[in-house]
Amino acid sequence: MGELIIRFLVGGAVVSLFAVMAEVVRPKSFAGVFGAAPSIALATIGITIAHHGRLYASTEAHSMIFGVIAFFLYASASSWLLMHRKCAALTATSALLPIWFGASLALLYLVDKTR
Amino acid sequence: MMVQAKLAAIKGIPPHEWIIRFLFGGAVCVLAGLISQKFGAEVGGLFLAFPAIFPAGASLVEAHERRHKARAGFDGTLRGRTVAGLEAAGASIGCIALAGFAMVCWLCLPRISTAAVFVLATASWFLIAMSLWWLRKSRIFRSRHAHRRPVHAFRTSR
Repeated sequence: MGELIIRFLVGGAVVSLFAVMAEVVRPKSFAGVFGAAPSIALATIGITIAHHGRLYASTEAHSMIFGVIAFFLYASASSWLLMHRKCAALTATSALLPIWFGASLALLYLVDKTR
Repeated sequence: MMVQAKLAAIKGIPPHEWIIRFLFGGAVCVLAGLISQKFGAEVGGLFLAFPAIFPAGASLVEAHERRHKARAGFDGTLRGRTVAGLEAAGASIGCIALAGFAMVCWLCLPRISTAAVFVLATASWFLIAMSLWWLRKSRIFRSRHAHRRPVHAFRTSR
């Protein structure tokens, strides 16, 4: 339980910090890159190392690459939908979340299968 | 074009936006930990790149832009959605940089100190993101059609 509370507090603080950086940075076109900042990874990898060790955290980081590829597909699809179809931001970005789930799990499955 | 920090912008963030981001960020980190415990490091690792705060962030950006236009007496709905789309395009660039961050962590964590890995990985993320943004802004990847677009289509007012 203690670990989860620490994760919540550290995660909230780091995500808020990157959100502030996105607000203060100019030009705003650069601020968009903070939408894919390593906030969750920075908040949790340290805690993971403390509880499970470096090799475990390294394995998580390896899987994170597949999550990032899925995030790229998701962000690109969101951008297209918002720019070309003018959907509401929350509706478009929430409706497209299955892209992330599908792509990340498919990539993990394919890589495991080829090993 | 130089990247700058405008610290005064912090004052304009309403308290409820701080709370939303803090709660979402904390919840995703807890979720990532629980999934890792239940399904192992491979599945848990995916959630280190879960775009959980992305919908909330895009929605806040859209709302900011809409409010800004409303103050000037215009309906900023379409403008807000376009700006949210531009932020999403920026996040795509951030994803390529985030892959660099993950690769540095994956390759270096078993070899060098944790603090050094964090510094190296974060610096890699920032440098890759900045380089790709600069390349996108420069004329190298711009088509002739891009130059014909009206400038106001890409100008954000925040």
